[in-house]
Amino acid sequence: MTVEYNAEQKIPYPALWHVLYRSSTPFWDGVKEDKLLLQKCKSCGSFLNPPRPMCPKCQSMEQEWVPATGKGKLYSWVTYQESPHPAFKAPYSAVLIELEEGVRIVSNMVKVKPEELQIGMPVQVTFEKVAEDLILPKFETMS
Amino acid sequence: MLDEYVSRKYRDDWRPPVDANLIKNKVAIVGIGQTKFTRDSQRDELEMAVESIKAAVDDAGLKMEDIDGMEMFTIDRLAMPMVISTLGMKNIRFTSEVSFGGGAACAVTMHAAAAVATGATNYVVCFRSLNEASGQRYGRGDSYADYMLKAVTPHYGYHWPFGFVTPLAWAGVWGKRWMHEFGITREQIGWWPVVLRENAQNNPNAIYHGRPITHQDYMESPMIVDPLKLHDCCVDTDGACAYIVTTVERARDLQQTPAVILAAAQSCPMEQEIQTIYSRPVISGLVETWYAGQELYRIAEVGPDDIDVAQLYDPYSIGGIIQLEELGFCERGESGRFIEGGDNIRVGGKIPVNTSGGLLSEAYIHGFNLVIEGVRQIRGTSTNQVDNVELSMVTAGPGVPSSGIILRKD
Ligand SMILES: [Zn+2]
Repeated sequence: MTVEYNAEQKIPYPALWHVLYRSSTPFWDGVKEDKLLLQKCKSCGSFLNPPRPMCPKCQSMEQEWVPATGKGKLYSWVTYQESPHPAFKAPYSAVLIELEEGVRIVSNMVKVKPEELQIGMPVQVTFEKVAEDLILPKFETMS
Repeated sequence: MLDEYVSRKYRDDWRPPVDANLIKNKVAIVGIGQTKFTRDSQRDELEMAVESIKAAVDDAGLKMEDIDGMEMFTIDRLAMPMVISTLGMKNIRFTSEVSFGGGAACAVTMHAAAAVATGATNYVVCFRSLNEASGQRYGRGDSYADYMLKAVTPHYGYHWPFGFVTPLAWAGVWGKRWMHEFGITREQIGWWPVVLRENAQNNPNAIYHGRPITHQDYMESPMIVDPLKLHDCCVDTDGACAYIVTTVERARDLQQTPAVILAAAQSCPMEQEIQTIYSRPVISGLVETWYAGQELYRIAEVGPDDIDVAQLYDPYSIGGIIQLEELGFCERGESGRFIEGGDNIRVGGKIPVNTSGGLLSEAYIHGFNLVIEGVRQIRGTSTNQVDNVELSMVTAGPGVPSSGIILRKD
């Protein structure tokens, strides 16, 4: 199921993070080019999620951004029966994906009904333009 | 990261020695107060705050000028100086605010206790006032947006555009994972709200007093955010609660039975966000509750079997139920079976919980009503009084940096 957006309502999109958290910028720059990028510690190789300016394991401040395979599994999900915000039309599901790299990210599934969701089902990333200025990484069942 | 939680072995070699703890057995809660809990108060938060504080001061048998410390939530919308000036508290020498919403419910007790234990202040009043039902609702996506977008919390940027915007959904993700990993059923979960609603029937102050539900009502109630139904959710409330903290020595000269603080603890384990605790090796448990519980037991030098009654912060049923596992009242993954039929958590059962009706059926005052009920159980004045209470536990919000206290009789 693709989430239906209400075109008249602005999607809550915390634009401020670019100012507050420069660490997030490369992720969203990547999404604009249909790339799913993950932040990795250059020193010990740990993935940092959400991205941050220091590695909590080794305290290194050197990071790099590496492309994810885009493949993973559905780890958990919820289905909104009532819309919590005017920008989104219920029912719709928000999903937690565990990527092959072990990193878990929140997203939506496309072309899957809520009742078809199953923990553990294999998924792969796809990119969806949901508003004039916003592309989001979403997931579809692996063919 | 989180090795202690994953291995379920709490180390004590580097933690502060128990005999150096200045709070343990030296500080008490001596006065409690509250407003009516309603769904449409037509009152503002200042009005309700000062009414509850006055009630707590009167309950302790103190005068307004005796109070020289004040403690509140950072998310309270009231400006503390206005509260102080309205009450005529002319001797305030200590003020403090604690962050993390409901996770601070017992952290305010701990901070107040630390302040009186060190001699910085004599009597600290802690309060929470909110117009959750008729004013701003913390649980709604649209009202949350403005507030949260100002927060310096990068993960919101990764959640909000996907319509993942409310605490109920954030908790639903770990709740569904917990159900999946341990085979927890919908029928089992239903016993928590049913027992709490029973408790509310004896408590005339409870919002749902006079409105009982059966297990069948629960099963037939609408799904709000799968996996959570209407009756799994806390009751938005207008109201305020307050209580007063002082030393045990002073407490003994006052008119109420002191509820002595045996232990107070806070926790903020790694990868702690606001409910979206998804970067941890395990998301089907409440890591912050486990840490707070372990620290409480370490300081108190007691175990779960010694606790006579517990008020567990339950903004949604699953948040209360999983705490039974994390606090050791049952085995990990066994809480579904443990609450089946409800007897283990009723008064007279293995561990009676949320005896005032809890956040689901009494009121949602961010856990302050649970602290007050924990005190009543020590005093022997609960409307669902447990026999011979020696130790009364209260916990704070799960899924956020959390806290807890164990109270005992003097
Ligand atoms: Zn590192």
